Amino acid sequence: MLTQQNEKPGTDTLLSPEHPSMILGRRLFLRYAGYTAAAGTLLVTACGKTDLATGVSPQAVDLGTGDIGILNYAYALEQLEAAFYTQVIATPYSGMSADEMTILTEIRDHEIIHRDFFKAAIGSAAIMGLTPNFGAINFNDRTSVLTTARTFEDLGVSAYNGAGKLIKDVNYLLLAGKIVSVEARHAATIRDLLSAKTAAFAGDDVVAPTTGLDGALMPSAVLAAAQPFVQNRITANLG
Amino acid sequence: MNLFQIFSDIEKIDGDAPERLAYYSRRNWLKMGKRVSAAVAAPAVVAATINDAYAQSSGVVAALNFALTLEYLEDEYYRTAIGTSGLIPASDLAVIGQISKHEIAHVALLKGALGAAAVAKPAFKFGTVFSSYQTFLTAAQAFEDTGVRAYKGQAGALLGTDQLTVALQIHSVEARHAAEVRRLRGLRGWITDGDTGAVYAGEEITAQAGVDLVSLTGKSAVRARESFDEPLTKEQVLAIAAPYLA
Repeated sequence: MLTQQNEKPGTDTLLSPEHPSMILGRRLFLRYAGYTAAAGTLLVTACGKTDLATGVSPQAVDLGTGDIGILNYAYALEQLEAAFYTQVIATPYSGMSADEMTILTEIRDHEIIHRDFFKAAIGSAAIMGLTPNFGAINFNDRTSVLTTARTFEDLGVSAYNGAGKLIKDVNYLLLAGKIVSVEARHAATIRDLLSAKTAAFAGDDVVAPTTGLDGALMPSAVLAAAQPFVQNRITANLG
Repeated sequence: MNLFQIFSDIEKIDGDAPERLAYYSRRNWLKMGKRVSAAVAAPAVVAATINDAYAQSSGVVAALNFALTLEYLEDEYYRTAIGTSGLIPASDLAVIGQISKHEIAHVALLKGALGAAAVAKPAFKFGTVFSSYQTFLTAAQAFEDTGVRAYKGQAGALLGTDQLTVALQIHSVEARHAAEVRRLRGLRGWITDGDTGAVYAGEEITAQAGVDLVSLTGKSAVRARESFDEPLTKEQVLAIAAPYLA
């Protein structure tokens, strides 16, 4: 386990079908399809929506089962976040302050590190590079970008919180724990950018006021929320 | 008050309460049809979930009592600060009030869940930390970042349990608190260079699971260390908390 990939991860990442990592993705997909078929759990379903620009339908992706499935689940979410912040920094919204640029760049780098770490850690069982679908986001608009960031960060926190008890290997649990608190720090920071020095950083909309508990969502709910932002159809059987 | 004594006392708790609480816990649990969205669940139901700890292991009880002790400290800290005239500027009261509200809830949740096995609240001494707002914030940051690291250190003891979910849901709230307190101090929300001392011991690593994050990604060592929060052992946390125990 934890063999490092040979290829250097792409610096970044709105992956077009021509992008080398997409070609790599097809290769990996074939390998992965073979693997899952052998394991008797092939769950490839109908492809996701067709990319109108290229006419190419991104391949469906199955995350798998067990702890590897959970790691791929985390890898998928980190891919989504990394691609999002990469675009945010590549095309800054109008009026982005220097402070916001620094913060969002640092968050981008954290997410890229998370993404690449999972890819390396999962090794040959890692899912392919996903193709994002950010069509609903106006990257020129501060509110659109920051509210989407808030959605992704809160969703990430809920996803890790909910998946924790599904993890069998205590080392994987600790790794997830090391990452989820950083996602929560991101969430609070983004929320503070949207509404400075208010209760919003841990608002009653996300932390239940009577229990003081953050969100926890099962993978099925998280994937349903994330699917609109990914062109590949994602399936999983994670419990 | 000696925290080590508290934990040793926990070990001596006998089996009566566990069975009684587990009985009620099972009833509540069945009533909910096993479909609990913990984010919106009523405290009693969450407490019932934690009560299953009694049916499982003393390790779970010890972990939850450890958490409760830290929550006692944070709860008293913020309530005392809010009650100290002139300490918190009006501009920051909404933030501190929200944090305090959560710490009160965490104490109630853990205490209710542990029932008879809950440790008593220790007496705390905060010395001169309320003498200035910046001193108060500095200690608040230390408590929150320690709390994040402490919960992380206990996760393994809760592997595969519903109690783990609740602990994780508190853990991420502590991380939100930590980030916001850091921002009130004009710092980044995440643990980074310049964060040193016992509270941040071990945070400087840049490799995870044998993977060197810098050579893997081409990102800086600072970004690599920021990307992962590290755990603290119970002993490390108790050493950090010791000066605040009366």
